[in-house]
Amino acid sequence: MRHHLILRVITKLLVGAIILFAFYVQFHGDFSPGGGFQAGVIMAVAFILYGLVFGVAQVQRVFPPWLVHKLLALGVLIYAGTGVWNMLLGYEFLHYGSFAPHHMSHGQHSGILYVEVGVGITVTGVMVAIFYAFAGRRPQLGDDDW
Amino acid sequence: MSSEAQHVALSLQDHLPVLQVLIPFLAGPLIVLLGSRTLAWPVAFIASFAAFVCSGLLLSQVMNGGFISYHIGGWAPPLGIEYRVDAANALVLLLISGISTVVLPFAKPSVADEIPQRHHTLFYATFMLCLTGLLGVVITGDAFNVFVFLEISSLSTYVLVAKGASKDRRALSAAYDYLIMGTIGATFFVIGLGLLYMATGTLNMADMADRIAALGTNRTVQAGFAFIIIGMGLKAAMFPLHHWLPNAYNYAPSAVTAFLAATATKAAIYVMLRFMFSVFQPDFVLDMGATWIIGLLAVIAMFVASFIAVFQNNFKRMLAYSSIAQIGYMLLGISMFNLNGLTATMVHLFNHGITKAALFMAVGALVLRTGTTFYDRIAGMGRVMPFTGAAVVVGGLSLIGVPGTAGFISKWVLVQAAFDNGWWWMALAIMASSLLAVIYVWRIVEALYLHAPNPEAEHQEAPLMMLGPIWIMAGACVWFGFDTELTLGTARTAAEALLAGSAGMAEIPTAAMH
Repeated sequence: MRHHLILRVITKLLVGAIILFAFYVQFHGDFSPGGGFQAGVIMAVAFILYGLVFGVAQVQRVFPPWLVHKLLALGVLIYAGTGVWNMLLGYEFLHYGSFAPHHMSHGQHSGILYVEVGVGITVTGVMVAIFYAFAGRRPQLGDDDW
Repeated sequence: MSSEAQHVALSLQDHLPVLQVLIPFLAGPLIVLLGSRTLAWPVAFIASFAAFVCSGLLLSQVMNGGFISYHIGGWAPPLGIEYRVDAANALVLLLISGISTVVLPFAKPSVADEIPQRHHTLFYATFMLCLTGLLGVVITGDAFNVFVFLEISSLSTYVLVAKGASKDRRALSAAYDYLIMGTIGATFFVIGLGLLYMATGTLNMADMADRIAALGTNRTVQAGFAFIIIGMGLKAAMFPLHHWLPNAYNYAPSAVTAFLAATATKAAIYVMLRFMFSVFQPDFVLDMGATWIIGLLAVIAMFVASFIAVFQNNFKRMLAYSSIAQIGYMLLGISMFNLNGLTATMVHLFNHGITKAALFMAVGALVLRTGTTFYDRIAGMGRVMPFTGAAVVVGGLSLIGVPGTAGFISKWVLVQAAFDNGWWWMALAIMASSLLAVIYVWRIVEALYLHAPNPEAEHQEAPLMMLGPIWIMAGACVWFGFDTELTLGTARTAAEALLAGSAGMAEIPTAAMH
């Protein structure tokens, strides 16, 4: 990719914009189309694009595989943890209303934001992990070993 | 807003239904996040034990009838997702969480032997997800939620089976086979749900039951029924759909086989029961002629699978075929369509679970010392591993259905059910297929005791960490052969509720309809 100057420059320019857009979709998801799933995929696209242009080794320096795996689990825990928090407040699992018992709809609003953060983190992790799994795959048998 | 001000905080007791699923579910990602090989097992075991306590407490509340309903997110059914515990699923919950709690200590030395060290953390995380999925399938009262949890358990199961690959590469193709068949099963199930949703406009099981009863039968509902039964039949390894099972059980790591054989197919049978009787009505099932089809397939399974098991020369594979035959007994109980028949299905579901867990764990102990499961290689090992060998004998007796073991109880009720219907020839068929079980159990006993020990094997009894779980399960086989209050009593309550059809699911807040 060394000689693809335009690709490299455009990619470097775009990565930041893609990540910003991912955050917009993430946190604007309750007012407009979007949310954790879409934002997670868009966020992952930034890393995948970087990996495609600069190589898997480069992107793994930025976003190492161990971190990807931790984020996978962390997102799920944020989602479930929100539910546990509701339980600690004395309501049912994932009863977001409990965040603002005197104004249930506000509670619902903040609850959905918390769980969507969890979704976004996990989806980012999953998409990047799938990309790493395919792109980082080495043949287990050389051509001569058959 | 006054109603919110009066909200009474829920106690831990009220949260039991969701904690049942939530605790193992949290343990999975927690293990990954901790990323520590030494902490993975303790976290998994504590979570599994906590789930077991939850299911025990739940069962004690519903074993004499009644049900507990938990509204996820505070949204009342039929709109919200409901967890619904009654005698039928509380017994299955107890089985699943109990087996997992007993298998985990066994898994520690077994996994250390069979799976490369770098996979251990993820293995226990996957195991927890599988447990979550199975518990969720059973506890939920929402039809679509069943599918979601089914996928959680199935996907993690494929991974667990594939972990056998470091010992035998054929585990990969076995897992792939299972993935294809399991996905077809899940697809059929969800197509059936789609048809029902189209016909009724609801996904809550109790609400669905009411609306199907009000709607009367039509092609959409009939097609939905057929899709659901076939989809679940695939998951439960109903006779002609059992192709995935022998390879998956054979090549999976020993601990995984012990867990899956005792739980996965049982959860599928439970879902089948729940849909046939509670969602559709018993009358509807009779009109569809489903009992004859299921009964016929069950009898074929009892004989053909037992017959194949007789000619196996691999202990694990023999037990896998025997599982298919035993699932035949459970399906036969359904097809009898009377109180004793359904009781037999529920009891056998439990009793066969503990029997197979004991046997498959004993296989795991033999694998630890000999490295294989073939009869000629484990020959004579009963002499050098007396406790493991004795557990195989106890489990084998329970598999045959010898009086004094758990297997006898379920077969006894099944025979009673046959007589209730006046099917004396069916009673004979049950006896005859049990004779086949005598032959295949004898073959393994002969291999274990009546030969000189294989000189290449390690001549040492299995470690205590394995013997303990094996003997808890073998002991349970004997215990539940005498003390039937828990199993038979709960199963009868469950069977009564199931036979009552939607009335067994009644008292739901269907305010939206009135």
